[in-house]
Amino acid sequence: MSDDLTALTIKDASRLLRLGTISAADLVAAHVERIERVDPHVKAYLRFTPELWEKQADEADRKIRQGDAPPLAGIPLAVKDVLCVRGVETTAGSQILKGFRPPYTGTAVGRLFEAGAVMLGVTNCDEFAMGSSTENSGYFPTRNPWDLERVPGGSSGGSAAAVAAGEAMIALGTDTGGSIRQPAALCGVVGMKPTYGRVSRYGLIAFASSLDQVGPFARSVDDAAITLALMSGYDPLDATSSDRPGMEVLNNSEGGVRGMRLGVPREYYDVKGIEPGVKAAIDAALFILRREGAEIVDISLPHTDYGLAAYYIIAPAECSSNLARFDGVRYGLSEVDAPNITDEYLQTRRKGFGTEVRRRVMLGTYALSSGYYDAYYLKAQKVRTLIKRDFDDAFKKCDAIVSATSPTVAFPIGAKTQDPLSMYLCDVLTLGGNLAGLPGISVPCGTSEGLPVGLQVLGPQWGESVVLRVARAYEAASEMRAEVAAVV
Amino acid sequence: MPLSKDEVRHVAMLARLGLEPGDEDFYADQLSGILEHIDRLQQVDTDDIPPTAQVVEIASRLRDDEPRPSLTQEEALANAPASVDGFFRVPAIQEET
Repeated sequence: MSDDLTALTIKDASRLLRLGTISAADLVAAHVERIERVDPHVKAYLRFTPELWEKQADEADRKIRQGDAPPLAGIPLAVKDVLCVRGVETTAGSQILKGFRPPYTGTAVGRLFEAGAVMLGVTNCDEFAMGSSTENSGYFPTRNPWDLERVPGGSSGGSAAAVAAGEAMIALGTDTGGSIRQPAALCGVVGMKPTYGRVSRYGLIAFASSLDQVGPFARSVDDAAITLALMSGYDPLDATSSDRPGMEVLNNSEGGVRGMRLGVPREYYDVKGIEPGVKAAIDAALFILRREGAEIVDISLPHTDYGLAAYYIIAPAECSSNLARFDGVRYGLSEVDAPNITDEYLQTRRKGFGTEVRRRVMLGTYALSSGYYDAYYLKAQKVRTLIKRDFDDAFKKCDAIVSATSPTVAFPIGAKTQDPLSMYLCDVLTLGGNLAGLPGISVPCGTSEGLPVGLQVLGPQWGESVVLRVARAYEAASEMRAEVAAVV
Repeated sequence: MPLSKDEVRHVAMLARLGLEPGDEDFYADQLSGILEHIDRLQQVDTDDIPPTAQVVEIASRLRDDEPRPSLTQEEALANAPASVDGFFRVPAIQEET
């Protein structure tokens, strides 16, 4: 019984809740039981929030009984450790924020709370969302629920693993270069990054402010869509949030792909290092989409080869600026008894930041430093313009772009930790979407070597409904479902 | 362009990152490898190409400048590693004369 409840989608759970067959408290209890059984192996969560789940499940049950249940009433939610929740320890996966309890709740999380979601806990991630495997967490690595010796992807690896292992029905992540889509692919779940500006970043601990977006993980396209719609829309507390109505992401998303043109960028199709099994799964997906009436179009994104280089200037530059706030004065770790303020900064940041964060802060500081700004930062911003134009041109020839999400399936823990560039290449198919501000989704599209493969769909800016339409049509026609991994 | 140990020391100081023995060699080596990849940007002709800082065309909307509730002093100091008399405490910035 309890395992059944942890494999439900929002639609099915909501029906059972409204019929009175189950209560929100039952749903929470089933998930807690499941977490107790599998999380010691998966290690998706950093910490749990029993005070919240009790209060929120009670309230959901009360509203359901009164007949005015909000759309996510009773739905178990996990939240990545970069999104502030009032009073709940939030650390961005870093030792430097150990013990930090935000005095406010971020907008995206707050809107899901208003919609009735029940928060189970805080999920693990790479420190400050920098990484593609969750091995850079300042606490411990998370394991892939399909193979515990492999990584779940990252940086939102805890959220992806929690949904894949039946430890949450939906989860929130953030995507700066692929940090929702890549772990979704590696864990065999649905993960969506919205258009830059669709979801408020208020209450998100910033990594790279011109690239960061908050988005959902779920086990169906429908669940991801409704979760995204409910947290989207203008927020006076984020000046870069759009005033487009959040619900527009659901428009016409059930029309199927007949007559649609789907572009396959040749630079993505034959990207260096793509595994044969991944390519075969994508070929099979393209066959299904064509069978459903889509026209598959050969397109080119000529500056693809420069995307990683541009990204690894822009993202570290922005991070070096954003992370300057961790000074040991207002919150977090502090060597406040150092002999002078400079030593206090040096020692606090030496102790608090892990290797990857230090690497990126130094890289960004270098790129912004006197004498190098034009050669690196300005140059990267100009190449960003060219990458954006590549996508603009592509969307004149097609309605959406399809490719693999990740060139590889989940890799063994430790396989890429010694060579940062090899880790960065995990995001080679996803980071273009961030540089161009596009919405993108990863949906399960079969397996290679027994491990999940993800199909990525990218749309033009504000084209979430197009992306969701393709993803939903593929999900329905392929009968590929995000399944719950047995784990033990 | 490889990064020297001196440059690593300089950048670490700019970023106020303390280094430990061995860090200079480690980061000089790793950052040089990454910069070698990044140097391919120089192959791209970007004459007459404007830089992109904000990728979505949204006019930044500022909210009205009206007083609204904010954190109390107690809340603002709740996460402070050290505070005294309602202030954040930091090591001395100026020496006594």
